[in-house]
Amino acid sequence: MSTTSDRTAVQLEDRHTPLDLDADDLKRMYYTMVLARSLDERMWILNRQGKVAFVISGQGQEGAQVGSAYALRPGKDFFLPYYRDLTVALTAGMSPRDLMLALFARAEDPASGGRQMPGHYGHRAHNIVSGSSPIATQIPHAVGIAMAAQIKGEDTVVAVYFGEAATSKGDFHEAMNFAGVLDAPVIFICENNRYAISVPEKKQMSVPNVADRAQGYGFPGVITDGNDVLDVYKATKAAVDRARAGDGPTLIECKTYRIVPHSSDDDESRYRQKVEVEEWKLKGPIERLQQYMSERGIWSQELEDEARKRAMAEVDDATVYAEQAPSPDPSTLLRHVFAEQEH
Amino acid sequence: MPVKTIIQTIRDTLFDEMQRDESIIVLGEDVGLAGGVFGATKGLQQEFGEMRVMDTPLAESVIIGAAIGASLNGLKPIPEIQFADFILPAFDQIVSEAARLRYRSNGTWNCPIVIRVPWGGGIHGALYHSQSVEAFFAHVPGLKVVAPSDPYNAAGLLRSAIDDPDPVMFLEHKRTYRLVRGETPDGERYTVPIGLAEVKRPGTDVSVFAYGLMLYYSLQAAEALKAEGLDVEVVDVRTLQPLDRDTILASARKTGKALIVYEDNLTGGFGAEIAATIAQHAFEYLDAPVLRLAGPDVPAMPYAPALEEAFLPNIESIAASIRELAAY
Repeated sequence: MSTTSDRTAVQLEDRHTPLDLDADDLKRMYYTMVLARSLDERMWILNRQGKVAFVISGQGQEGAQVGSAYALRPGKDFFLPYYRDLTVALTAGMSPRDLMLALFARAEDPASGGRQMPGHYGHRAHNIVSGSSPIATQIPHAVGIAMAAQIKGEDTVVAVYFGEAATSKGDFHEAMNFAGVLDAPVIFICENNRYAISVPEKKQMSVPNVADRAQGYGFPGVITDGNDVLDVYKATKAAVDRARAGDGPTLIECKTYRIVPHSSDDDESRYRQKVEVEEWKLKGPIERLQQYMSERGIWSQELEDEARKRAMAEVDDATVYAEQAPSPDPSTLLRHVFAEQEH
Repeated sequence: MPVKTIIQTIRDTLFDEMQRDESIIVLGEDVGLAGGVFGATKGLQQEFGEMRVMDTPLAESVIIGAAIGASLNGLKPIPEIQFADFILPAFDQIVSEAARLRYRSNGTWNCPIVIRVPWGGGIHGALYHSQSVEAFFAHVPGLKVVAPSDPYNAAGLLRSAIDDPDPVMFLEHKRTYRLVRGETPDGERYTVPIGLAEVKRPGTDVSVFAYGLMLYYSLQAAEALKAEGLDVEVVDVRTLQPLDRDTILASARKTGKALIVYEDNLTGGFGAEIAATIAQHAFEYLDAPVLRLAGPDVPAMPYAPALEEAFLPNIESIAASIRELAAY
């Protein structure tokens, strides 16, 4: 039987120091999530104002994203995000301006120069690989990037992201199988947000966990609480160490929840109850980390106010900058089909 | 100059290129220890090791997908699809990914891979070891598609494909592998530019445009018709994407009569693009309708020798089409 003081002791367990994270790391991850959420919310407003045609969102999944991406080395390791990974893009090095430029489809958008829909992250200088819209196609690329690192004898690790829906696709299974055969230094990060647009988890697979699928391919599948930044970080850090040591891939399932509709064109009332969404909002990753920090004296109201103020300033700056930035010139439509001749 | 088969030329060129450039890797089904089902990679694994000449699971999408990834991390992958017929599971990777990486990233990423694809019929391969796939891929901007028909062009185009910073579909006609021999300069790294057709046989009466096995048959038909007093020009299309419209149009304007021969089924086949090009840009020079001779519109090539023969255009049917045009 536990006493009140026992429970307090358990609650106050320091989970970050053993992971080599200090208070500044926690503040940084906290801020990245606040910034991502602020950006994401602004994007919806801009869509509803009729200023941008489309938004696809990662709200609710920020913890899984920052907790995992934070364990990699930006600019050195490779990131293959999927379309909900705004927080991965930020953690890997993209700026709010970069992301707003993509939202407004501006010429200066570093991911695609306004060619792709928003949410198709990419930035060569940060090793963020350009992605497409068919799901799971990026997963074989991650294995190839990791394979190349093995061949070249480099210690690069590759993090590839996808939702649970992508784990129904052949590309996921072919890539997992080949990665297992190669012992490739790749980390498969599944953000299980419970829905493939409208189709719930149970109609997508007959196993209880995405992580169970790793068993078929001979490497570990790890289940994490995707709304607990530290749990995700811990699993990813272990997977990175494993990959760098030459011990092969890991599949990490982050159990989380998408608290917004699939996209700006989706009506989620067709497939889920409002009460379900509201319950998950209370268990959100920002709230969870805030509580953890608060209990250890790392969070304060002042810190939060400051973070929100700073994030809002960044979002405002990015919005104004991107809104005023020029659109691609129609004459550029035909460029970059193939390498261009140097003149 | 040594005389070699196409398959030997491809094998030797791969060997030399891998020796020259250590960023080149080869991957695919049975390409390693076994040296490929046709022998295109024979001895490569023994020389360059298991990581550079890699046997993969029998899963085409990840063969191409992993090759794309390796190219994004500084390597020059040459994946092999064992038979063109098996490429369809990788269609998404080739069309949605490899072909679009440069365009969709506004020129910041590119995908330098060479996809080797044994294709074509006449080898008793039936529905699933005989297909022509060039029309699928030549339709896709962002892909280059080459189809050499003799050893000299096979080596020269393979080197150009390897040097190319964008994805290249390298189509090797299976029936020509050991059928067609030719001289290949030894010890010289010559290239044949992607995007140029070649007038194989100059003539004045009729132009024939072909690639792969059909080019070989067309040359033989042209030779046979000499006895009938016909002077036939044969153009090796060589590169389907980008298509050398200048050479094709120059030939059509010169002879005023154009026959396009391809073994893919007729409707929507690549020959239609050549026909449309000639019809639009050489109309005033034409003395006869543009003619296409192709496989019939059935799902694929059957196995029984009588059916296979009935499917494929051959020297006789090509000669008959040339006569028809000449008499028009």
